[in-house]
Amino acid sequence: MALLQIAEPGRAAAPHQHRLAVGIDLGTTNSLVATVRSAVPTVLPDEAGRLLLPSVVHYGDEDQVLIGDAARERAAEDPGNTIASSKRLIGRAMADVRAGTLAYAVEALSDSAVGVRTRHGLKSPVDIGAEVLRALRERAESALGGPLVGAVITVPAYFDDAQRQATKDAAAKAGLNVLRLLNEPTAAAVAYGLDHADEGIYVVYDLGGGTFDVSILRLMRGVFEVIATSGDAQLGGDDFDHRLAAWFAAATGDDWGAQDIGALHAAARAAKEALTDRLEVRMSCRRADGTLESLTVDRVLFDDITHDLVERTLGPVKRALRDAKLRPDEVNGVVLVGGSTRMLQVRAAVKRLFGHEPFTGIDPDQAVALGAAIQADQLAGNRAGGNELLLLDVSPLSLGLETMGGLVEKIIPRNSSIPTARAQDFTTFKDGQTAMALHVVQGERELVSECRSLARFTLRGIPPMVAGAARIRVSFQIDADGLLSVSAVEQTSGVQAQVEVKPSYGLAPDAVAGMLMDALGSAEADAAARMLREAEVDARRLLDATEAALHEDGAQLLQPREQLDILNAMQAVADLLEQCAESEGTSLDEHKGLRVALRDATEGLNRATTPFAGKRMDARVRQALSGQRVDQLAA
Amino acid sequence: MSLSVTPKAANQIRKALQKRGGGVGLRVAIKTSGCSGYAYALEFADAPAAEDLSFESEGVQLLVDAKSLPMIDGTQLDWVREGLNEGFKFNNPNASATCGCGESFAV
Repeated sequence: MALLQIAEPGRAAAPHQHRLAVGIDLGTTNSLVATVRSAVPTVLPDEAGRLLLPSVVHYGDEDQVLIGDAARERAAEDPGNTIASSKRLIGRAMADVRAGTLAYAVEALSDSAVGVRTRHGLKSPVDIGAEVLRALRERAESALGGPLVGAVITVPAYFDDAQRQATKDAAAKAGLNVLRLLNEPTAAAVAYGLDHADEGIYVVYDLGGGTFDVSILRLMRGVFEVIATSGDAQLGGDDFDHRLAAWFAAATGDDWGAQDIGALHAAARAAKEALTDRLEVRMSCRRADGTLESLTVDRVLFDDITHDLVERTLGPVKRALRDAKLRPDEVNGVVLVGGSTRMLQVRAAVKRLFGHEPFTGIDPDQAVALGAAIQADQLAGNRAGGNELLLLDVSPLSLGLETMGGLVEKIIPRNSSIPTARAQDFTTFKDGQTAMALHVVQGERELVSECRSLARFTLRGIPPMVAGAARIRVSFQIDADGLLSVSAVEQTSGVQAQVEVKPSYGLAPDAVAGMLMDALGSAEADAAARMLREAEVDARRLLDATEAALHEDGAQLLQPREQLDILNAMQAVADLLEQCAESEGTSLDEHKGLRVALRDATEGLNRATTPFAGKRMDARVRQALSGQRVDQLAA
Repeated sequence: MSLSVTPKAANQIRKALQKRGGGVGLRVAIKTSGCSGYAYALEFADAPAAEDLSFESEGVQLLVDAKSLPMIDGTQLDWVREGLNEGFKFNNPNASATCGCGESFAV
């Protein structure tokens, strides 16, 4: 409560205007819109009082488009024109989509995008997402009585650049100004007001209908930093329904037809939800032919058939902890998000792992939208100063550049907080090199061929210099929405080139997980390959330098015998380099043997050329000193 | 219908009027603006206006126009110190919600 002072008549200061901003949880199954009213974040209902808007769009006759519950009602009669779960398609390429799991026809829109064939033509996931967002925008504007300044939209922590960009495109299409994209688990932590909590480590465990995400946040001096994220894109409450439905079908004779699947799942879902409040429930389901089956389900049985699903969520939790270099007992609190965390066995498992009760005070379906609303309120400038909350997210995979020998130089390591900018200096490899090709890659492996290529660009116009003299500063920047731009500047001449990494690629969440696992499993082989490549690069550089020096000064400074020694040493190195080029796919031991031999040969060449290098140095000094007096030199 | 001030607030109002060197009392006004719909304003009053209602509390005259009164009926004005800040605070029984910055309220 602000404190007032007395003003002269007619001079009382007008209070600041409230700027209308909302937070939107654009979910796979349901979406919500929330705003901060009178300092309290609230989810906005539609005219019928419903808070959840099913993320379903129905393309009907004569340009009619239905969204939400009205659309979902059409799913059974017109599945081909009723699009649900379009979030699974957004920013994804055809290769990433498991078409068989969807009730509608998906086809490739381009190399990097898919579309859905409807009676209104080919609709992209961006079009479909925009319909849902437009419905939410209209709901908010009619509830708040004015146009919105902007919105914070939440996305899963694992969304890559392509998916984030596509979400922004959908928002623009829906007439929304995106203030910020925010990771869903991060939004949930904000909803719980953890910024006012004790400093320390907090874990957000988000088990939704179809996805699982875990984030580890560090709170220091009122600032949140997301220090690690992990998850499983194919695990959620639906899997628990499947288990219960499958058990029920098996226990009642297993003669259920395809047309009964919907009813079975609905019954399983109802039983699952009821088990949160009761020790046992009656689960009944009517077949399409009218016969009714009914069985009792208790918590023990439900725990039993879903035990491994709960265990599966703990893997990513432990992985994220490992990334953050933390033990479970170092965690100050755990936030549960997503409707599926209402299940008691989930809460119990979380409690077992961390040793204390998780936070559950806020409706787990609403937490993300409420947190987004709080963030939107702040970004729109409705909070008085000093109350700023700074949110930092992380990049899920390392980003780097290809260097000589096909190696990856990591510029931004994985789990770096974003927004971030890092720069590193590179130099030329050959004398007189005037251009440099830059290859931006994403991944954890040491070799470029094992990582994902994001972009290529070339820096031209480098002034000709000897190898190693040019200073090329390459900067990587990730903005607050997780989008990457890379620039390269040659420091002496100022020539520069840059690239924005746009959604020309799509990296599926499971691909991210796959790349991580891959990197862990091949750490040893990667290290061996990297060391061999480095030895090769060193050897080639010395070989080139020696060749240039011999060409320049060899005849004047060296005896024929000395020249021969150097040439022999060069030959030994060159032979080994040739063997290296053919070493692709050989065993670890052979790699190691080759590397040792190459290092020895390089060392030998170095020794052979040391007297030569000394003579060249002397010659240069003599040249520089000739004709000058000692007192001039001292000056 | 009532409007009152605490002894501490009355002291501050008297001091402020004295420092200003004139005025009959304090005008309490409501403006329709701000995040939550209505905002308070405090002004010196040089003379009562036709539609004003007048209250006396702790020896201080308070003026409020008839239209605003329902929104702040029963309000007690206090003088408080919060950290380095000090100022007047409205304890308004009609306010159902107050905005985060506290400049405005809803009924």
